[in-house]
Amino acid sequence: MDSLSFDLAATPLRDLNRFLHKEAVTQGIRHVTVLHPDGAHNIAVGLDAPVAVEIAGHAGYYAAGMLKHGEVTIQGNAGTGVAENMMSGKVHVKGFASVSAGASAHGGLLVVDGDTSLRCGISLKGGDIVVGGSVGSFSGFMAQAGRMVICGNAGDALGDSLYEAVIYVRGNIKSLGADARIEDMAESDYQAVGELLAAAGFSYDPHEFKRVASAKSLYHWNADANQEY
Amino acid sequence: MNDNEHLLKHIAKEPSAGYDRKIMDYIHNAATHGLYEIRGMGAKRAVPNFDDLVLLGASLSRYPLEGYREKCVTKTVLGTRFASKPIELEIPITIAGMSFGALSANVKESLGRAATELGTSTTTGDGGMTAEERQSSKTLVYQCLPSRYGFNPDDVRRADAIEIVIGQGAKPGGGGMLLGQKISPRVAKMRTLPEGIDQRSACRHPDWTGPDDLVIKIQELREMTDWEKPIYVKVGATRTFHDVKLAVHAGADVIVVDGMQGGTAATQTCFIEHVGIPTLAALRQAVDALEDLDMKGKVQLIISGGVRTGADVAKALAMGADAVAIGQGVLYALGCNHDAYTLDGAVHSACDDYANLGTAAGFCHHCHTGRCPVGITTQDEQLAQRLMPDLGAKRLKNYLKTLNMELTTLARACGKQNVHHLEREDLAAMTIEAAAMARLPLAGTDWVPGF
Ligand code: SF4
Repeated sequence: MDSLSFDLAATPLRDLNRFLHKEAVTQGIRHVTVLHPDGAHNIAVGLDAPVAVEIAGHAGYYAAGMLKHGEVTIQGNAGTGVAENMMSGKVHVKGFASVSAGASAHGGLLVVDGDTSLRCGISLKGGDIVVGGSVGSFSGFMAQAGRMVICGNAGDALGDSLYEAVIYVRGNIKSLGADARIEDMAESDYQAVGELLAAAGFSYDPHEFKRVASAKSLYHWNADANQEY
Repeated sequence: MNDNEHLLKHIAKEPSAGYDRKIMDYIHNAATHGLYEIRGMGAKRAVPNFDDLVLLGASLSRYPLEGYREKCVTKTVLGTRFASKPIELEIPITIAGMSFGALSANVKESLGRAATELGTSTTTGDGGMTAEERQSSKTLVYQCLPSRYGFNPDDVRRADAIEIVIGQGAKPGGGGMLLGQKISPRVAKMRTLPEGIDQRSACRHPDWTGPDDLVIKIQELREMTDWEKPIYVKVGATRTFHDVKLAVHAGADVIVVDGMQGGTAATQTCFIEHVGIPTLAALRQAVDALEDLDMKGKVQLIISGGVRTGADVAKALAMGADAVAIGQGVLYALGCNHDAYTLDGAVHSACDDYANLGTAAGFCHHCHTGRCPVGITTQDEQLAQRLMPDLGAKRLKNYLKTLNMELTTLARACGKQNVHHLEREDLAAMTIEAAAMARLPLAGTDWVPGF
C-alpha cells in the first residue's frame, strides 16, 4: 500500500499535516488523497517530501504553502496564497485561485487552470506560474525572479516595480505598473513559454504571447525620475 | 556705534524659531537634491523615555534584598500560550532583529556568540538567516517580513521561534531599505536581487492583509512547525492598544512592540523622526491591552526602542514587559560611534573614516552608506575586518552582563527576588509628560494626569 486518504470531515487537519511532515516518507506513502477539504485552510503546508497530495474539492488559504519536492493537486478552487513561498515541486489548481497565488515562490511550478484574483505572483522569487485564464490587478508586483505565463488577460498595474522576473501575456493587459514595459520576444522567450505551457498542459502557440519585463528605471534612486515613493 | 545701530544689529541677527538653522539646512538640502534624506539609527529628537521614570526603592514600608548575596531570578520564558517548545532565556534581555546586509556576517556571529553565552536569543532580519548566526545562536528567532527575502521552509524548521514583522518602530507603515553599496554578491543572492541596486522592501505582506488573514497566517506557521515553535508578532508603535489586541486575537504567543526610538539601518529621516509614538507610551498601551483581555502573563510582551541601560530594563519590566529587545545599544556596545577600532591586535583611529563620511565619532548615523568606520554596518570585506567575532562577542557579553547586574541590583533594592516581580507600584514619573504617557503618578504625588 503506498496511498492513503484523509477525510477532513472526520479527521483534524493537524493529523493530516503531521502525517505529511513526519510519517509519509517513513511509511513509504507516495500518494495521499484529502477528502472533504471543504475550504479548509493550510492543507499540506510545509510538505517536504516527494509525495503526491490530491485535494478532492476546494482548498482555503495557503494550500501547499512553502512546498518542497511534493506535488499537490487541487481539484476545485484555491483560496488566498496557494503555493505561497513554494521552493520546488508542483501545485496544480484545477479551478480558480484567489488572491496572492504563488506569492513569493522561490521555485517549483504553479498551474492554475482557471483565473486568479489580485496579486498573482506578487514578490515572486524564482518560481514559475502558468495561469490558463486571466489574472487580477497588481499581478507580478515586485516580482524578483521567475516566470509567469498568463494565457488570458491581465488586470491593472501588471508587473509594478518588477525586478528580474518576466511575465508573458497572451491576452490584453489593462495597464502596466510602474517600471514595467512590453519588450520584444526573443527565441529564448518562445522556447521558455513553450516549455512552460507544455509542463502545464496547455496547447497555446508561444507566438501569441508578449513579454513584460522591468525597464529598470527604479533600480537606483534618481531625484529627477519623479518616483512616486 | 549708537544705540539705534546696536539695536538694529541685534534685530538683524534674530534667529527664527520656526526656521532655525536645522530647518534651513533641511530646505537647502531638499532644494539641492530633490530627494529625502535617508539615514540609519533612531529618532534623535528628545521624547519622554525611561529616564523620566524613577524606581521607588525599599525603605520602611518595603524591605530590600541584600544586593550581592540574595538570589534574584532573571529566567524568562516566552511563548507559553500555544507552542509546545517555548523559549527559555536566562535573562530578559534579547537581541533585536537586525539583518545580515545591514550588519556584516562577523557582527551576526558576534551577536550569536554573546547571546548564547548569556542564555538569551538573537533575531534574524530582512534578508534571511545566515549560517553564521544559526551556528552561533543557541536560540534564534526567525523573522517573517513583508519582503520575504530569503525566507524558506528549511530555515523555518531550523528556527526556535518565528517573528511575523508587521512594523518597526523607526518606520511603522514603511518597508525596509538597503542602498546599493550594501547589496554585495552574497546579500544579493540571499535576497534574490540584482547586485548593487537601491533596494526598497515591501511594507505589506504579500499573502495576507488584515487581522483576520493574520489568524490564518499564524496557523499556517504553526502547522508548518507542528505547533512546536512560538509565534511572535512585532508591531511598530502607533495605535498600540488596538494592534496588541488584534495580535492577541490573531493567536500570537509573544508580542513585540517597537517604540519610535527604535533604530533602522536605512530609512527616510521624516519617518524616523515623525512617525510612531515613544516606547514609554506604547508600553503602557500594550500592557493595558493585555490586561484588558486578561492575557497578561499568557501572551508575553517584549518591548524595544531605546532600551539602553539596566535601569531602562528594570523600568520596562516594572511597567509590565516580560522582556526587552535591544538593537542600537548592541551596536554601540560593539563600538558604534567609537573613535577607534582594533585590527590585528592594534588600535587604530577611525577619525579620518568618520570625516570621509562627513561626520565624526559621536554623531554618526551613516549605517546606510555601508562605509561604517568601525566595521559594523558594512558589507565591505576590509571594513568588516575591523570588528572580528571574538572581540565583538566579548564586548557585547560585557554589555549584556552589565545590564543584567544593574537590573538585578535595582530589583533587589525594590525587594524583589525575581525581576519579573517588579511592578508599576515600584515606579514614579519625573515629568508630567512621562506621567501621562506611562500613566504613573508624578513623583511625590498620587496625581496621574488625565485620571
Ligand atoms: S559607526 Fe557604524 S554602526 Fe555606528 S552609526 Fe556609524 S555607520 Fe552606523
